[in-house]
Amino acid sequence: MNYVLLALGLLISQASSALPPLPVKQIAPGIYLHLSQHHWPDRDNHGEIANIGFIVGDKCVAVIDSGGSPQQGIALRSAIKQTTTKPVCYVINTHVHPDHIYGNIAFKEPGIQFVGHHKLARAMASRGGHYLGRAEELLDIHINQDNIIPPDLQVKDGMTLNLGNRELLLTAHPTAHTDNDLSIYDKTTDTLWAADLLFLEHIPVIDGSIKGWLAELERLEKNHYKLVIPGHGKPVTDWPASMLPQKAYLADLAKDIRALIKQGKTLEQAVNSVDLSAKDHWQLFDQFHRKNVTIAFAELEWED
Amino acid sequence: MNQAYKIIGLLMLTILPGIATAEGDDDTWNNILKSQFFAGKNIEESDAVIELEAPYRAEDPAIVPVKVSSKIPQSKDKYIKKVWLLVDKNPFPFVGEFEFFPESGKADLAMRVRVNTYSNIRAIAETNDGKLTMTKKFVKASGGCSAPIGADLDEAMKRLGKVKFRLDGGVTPGQPALTQLMISHPNLTGMQMDQMTRFIRKSHFIDQLKVSFNNKPVLNAKIDIAISADPNFRFYFVPDKAGELKAEFTDVSCESPTSRNVCSKGNSYSQSYTVTP
Repeated sequence: MNYVLLALGLLISQASSALPPLPVKQIAPGIYLHLSQHHWPDRDNHGEIANIGFIVGDKCVAVIDSGGSPQQGIALRSAIKQTTTKPVCYVINTHVHPDHIYGNIAFKEPGIQFVGHHKLARAMASRGGHYLGRAEELLDIHINQDNIIPPDLQVKDGMTLNLGNRELLLTAHPTAHTDNDLSIYDKTTDTLWAADLLFLEHIPVIDGSIKGWLAELERLEKNHYKLVIPGHGKPVTDWPASMLPQKAYLADLAKDIRALIKQGKTLEQAVNSVDLSAKDHWQLFDQFHRKNVTIAFAELEWED
Repeated sequence: MNQAYKIIGLLMLTILPGIATAEGDDDTWNNILKSQFFAGKNIEESDAVIELEAPYRAEDPAIVPVKVSSKIPQSKDKYIKKVWLLVDKNPFPFVGEFEFFPESGKADLAMRVRVNTYSNIRAIAETNDGKLTMTKKFVKASGGCSAPIGADLDEAMKRLGKVKFRLDGGVTPGQPALTQLMISHPNLTGMQMDQMTRFIRKSHFIDQLKVSFNNKPVLNAKIDIAISADPNFRFYFVPDKAGELKAEFTDVSCESPTSRNVCSKGNSYSQSYTVTP
């Protein structure tokens, strides 16, 4: 048995050292994206399910989300090395979810600063233990406390990072998808890296506030961007049109749930009855819709 | 490469079946909980006294709705006196101990709980003759990005202590009336990563709850961190005439999330609601 394990261990360690660079595509000058397919995180995909990538300036590189596993972080690092000789100076985590932060460890070294929302570290502290406890069982990845790296630079409202003739404007949003959402605006290409503030194709997942998210979308809707990069789904050039299905899903959900709360219905009844008409529009609907109803109900029952 | 991972994965599954938790195993109950809470007692496993409803798949592990339904009416001669609720695999399995009275009308109780992982949830009822009956349900708390804590701590803190009663089904004198009690409280578990010391927050949760109608007890509860943020209870009472439904509760803060040896008392709260049949 031990020999089998040892052999497996060798196989795994060889597999990771020989990891090929993560496939990335330059979607705007200096902006490289690894576009992910839509999957429920599991032991096959190891939670590598989010869009991640990097932006290259004249001086250095900013990583935007490090991936769903340490391996994906290593593969992203190889991709950067293959793309540019410039060093990585920042790793920006757009929020606390495992598919965006588990690759952090691949970038942990002097000279690289981790950047996040001012509430990210707290979210990491309160969720980290639970996430780590289940990573092996659910994702088949081996991680420990070292993999949860809180930000060195905490963004309170906004912050500008200069990559050398390239300024990134970071915005710490009020509670929306989570309570620690950070977006990145690249002035050079007029690109908003919205991360999980925007879901396309993949059903939006509420883990913060449905009201807050709708309010943030209303605000962002008024802006113009040449390119917007979602955390899940393909980048789009028709902002805000491409965001409207997400807004409609959230608005309908809020409307239906408010009506049920008014009628005195329970959370259990809402979970089993709230509008399924959007089902065909979204991938992973069955996995997340009922969760969305649950979390939105628990929020909206307190609004009056 | 993916293929290689899949093969490794399959191998691991084949040779390490012990990693996966068997569906609904009773190990924690048999080895720890039974003797911790009911040492030397005989417990019959049956649905004859109470039934437990819980979703097979918990959509959000922070908010899992569970419901205990009583199979016998509350009368002076025979009634359900107590119900315990436990989540076997939670780091602190004790959810609550709920005391009912003949005046409760019906010993039904619904609430929302935190479920950390795949686990049996069990409810044990004690009738006034001292007999214990247990029923259980297996729940798969789904993984992914969720964690068994509240989503928006700051919002919950802002509302702390706010209380709402809802009697949506109306009130008929002499008949058990369904009441919903909503308490705004973050019910902090105190679970967090030790090395991120800047963020150490002790648990902070509601530990005692008393509901009365015209000063007669309806429901007394001793509860803990497995109760979801913004505790929500549905239960019955029998309004014989107009009167005052009152909820009184206290919160507490403990040094360790999984021990209740060192705790400091928090605040007391009280809220009344006028019932007019």
